Amino acid sequence: MANDERKTIERATTGDYAYGFVTEVESDTVPPGLNEDVIRMISSKKGEPDWLLQWRLRAYRHWLTMKEPRWANLRYPEIDYQAIRYFSAPRKKAGPKSLDEIDPEIRRTYEKLGIPLAEQGRLAGVAVDAVFDSVSVATTFKEKLAEAGVIFCSFSEAVKTHPDLVRKWLGSVVPYTDNYYATLNSAVFTDGSFCYVPKGVRCPMELSTYFRINAVDTGQFERTLIVAEEGSYVSYLEGCSAPMRDTNQLHAAVVELVALDRATIKYSTVQNWYPGDKEGKGGIFNFVTKRGRCKGVHSRITWTQVETGSAITWKYPSCILQGDHSIGEFYSVAVTNNLQQADTGTKMIHIGKHTKSTIISKGISAGRGQNTYRGGVTMTKSAHNARNYSQCDSLLLGDQCGAHTFPYLDVQNPTAQIEHEASTSRIGEDQLFYCRQRGLSTEDAVNMIVNGFCKRVFKELPMEFAVESQKLLGVSLEGSVG
Amino acid sequence: MLLEIRDLHANAGDKPVLKGIHLSVKAGEVHAIMGPNGSGKSTLAHVLAGRDGFVVTSGEVKYQGRDLLAMSPEERAREGFFLGFQYPVEIPGVGNTYFLKNALNAIRKHRGQPELDAVEFLALVREKARIVKIDENLLNRPVNEGFSGGEKKRNEILQMAVLQPTLAILDETDSGLDIDAMRTVADGINGLRSPDRATILVTHYQRFLDYVIPDKVHVLADGRLVKSGGKELALELEKKGYGWIAPKAEATP
Repeated sequence: MANDERKTIERATTGDYAYGFVTEVESDTVPPGLNEDVIRMISSKKGEPDWLLQWRLRAYRHWLTMKEPRWANLRYPEIDYQAIRYFSAPRKKAGPKSLDEIDPEIRRTYEKLGIPLAEQGRLAGVAVDAVFDSVSVATTFKEKLAEAGVIFCSFSEAVKTHPDLVRKWLGSVVPYTDNYYATLNSAVFTDGSFCYVPKGVRCPMELSTYFRINAVDTGQFERTLIVAEEGSYVSYLEGCSAPMRDTNQLHAAVVELVALDRATIKYSTVQNWYPGDKEGKGGIFNFVTKRGRCKGVHSRITWTQVETGSAITWKYPSCILQGDHSIGEFYSVAVTNNLQQADTGTKMIHIGKHTKSTIISKGISAGRGQNTYRGGVTMTKSAHNARNYSQCDSLLLGDQCGAHTFPYLDVQNPTAQIEHEASTSRIGEDQLFYCRQRGLSTEDAVNMIVNGFCKRVFKELPMEFAVESQKLLGVSLEGSVG
Repeated sequence: MLLEIRDLHANAGDKPVLKGIHLSVKAGEVHAIMGPNGSGKSTLAHVLAGRDGFVVTSGEVKYQGRDLLAMSPEERAREGFFLGFQYPVEIPGVGNTYFLKNALNAIRKHRGQPELDAVEFLALVREKARIVKIDENLLNRPVNEGFSGGEKKRNEILQMAVLQPTLAILDETDSGLDIDAMRTVADGINGLRSPDRATILVTHYQRFLDYVIPDKVHVLADGRLVKSGGKELALELEKKGYGWIAPKAEATP
């Protein structure tokens, strides 16, 4: 055990972005640019029903009337939406019928990333849906899940096999008019994951989606929809990476969660999109809308995120606490190093009685990174005896980085209770010296102190993800002190 | 000679604090350095440990024949140099046992010894915890976080007992302890006495030296060791204060 820990730390302190390779596969792409024809083409390539095409077109027309938001504490050049390719799919004859039919190059990519797509993955006990550029390539464990009655497949497949479910819930949490990026996503989304857990079912394994952007100048617009019926439980993990490229790539995803009476959804993300190089060249622009609706009584949605990648992160996983006694939780670690910028946080919207929310946010800034926590807590008139607890801590490594906290509170019910705690600290010279005086190297000391700082959040992650996150943190912060 | 300090001058920030320290410590010895507030006791401890912000302006320090001042703080630690902190530092979220295991293994690795695994380490740390009378639940708490003053000091002694340093300098480890805790801490220090180790106690109070009997006592005043003697010097200091040796210095409380 000691050796494993040691190795983890060693790996963590030696290495740059490890996922920056490019896979050579033939792909089907559309020319850059966006208009109704491109949307019609995406829809027809995917063999979609007309209602979905119409939904996309309504979104697109609405998008044309919107302006890109600039309220975030982020600085980046104008994004040219006409220079982006809105569809790229690995070329294939017909859809893969089984795992064996997947392009070996793509399988090797996922192997490099450590995702067990093949049958031996059963040992890992995690069901994976892998999205490569825009298209979902494989979903493992489908049969085992089917036995439990859980539907877990790519979004496109769900449109074909469970159109009523998709039609019922799509856009029910994040409507196509929601915001600039979500609206764009609604118009052009290409794939993603769909999960439906029926009444009373406890999903027998962790579900996982792995996103990868491979093709050049491609935007990735995936859409995830998870519906947990009455009394069900599901834990869902999301991982992401992208090759190193010196141009910026846009990622604008939408995730919608619906929890009905007494259902629980745990959604965990380890986001490791390419952050750009040390001078801030390249990297992913990550503009993501994630929202859950605790629709039923005693329902619960937990967001846990570890954000280490991306040049720009704009992301606020939120909960609408509609059902009485429902619970929303947000646990976040966000790291910015070099020239990375993150503006991230959550919104907790209390509507039901006795609803509860917890926000634990840990921001770490190093290099010239800028880290902003932006959180909103709303207690509507109907939210009797609702409670919120927020804790936002920032840790600074070095003297050229920044940490910012913007809490917004809107309380319309006098019985609501809100607690907010915030702290900002510099990684202590005294802590580092103390560790070094006991024989630890500076790198090991920084790793240890930072991991200690994040412990409260890592505890919420499934075991493998927690280990992965510790490693990632080490890599992300390498060379940032001393 | 284990430690040889020759004409050491050092600044804390821009301010000259040490103004020519000479000190020789042999293996097997316990030295006590006493002196009024502001005389440079803690500066000496930090300079020897290699803390940033303390600048050696002249002089030399040989440790086991090597130039101590050329070594990084972690290298000094791995070579067996231990500083017991006057104000032990809190590290939130990092388990006390985890921290100490990593420290011990860093030292063992440096010496070419096999690292201890979790089971072996736990056995070791439990045994040492009994000796220094540390409650086992402190082992699982984050390093020093929420510890009382006395618990923090005992934790320093626990670390010392686990790391088994060749030379330990304990910076006012006795301050803020009640009489029972002082006795426990003293037992911990005495338990480590051996012919191949040495300890330097930096202290305000003669009373601690009733429990850890020093071979030599030095008085530090205005950046110099102005008087040295046997353990009887400590008793004399308690009776007379520092005024008769270092007229400029204020009396000890």
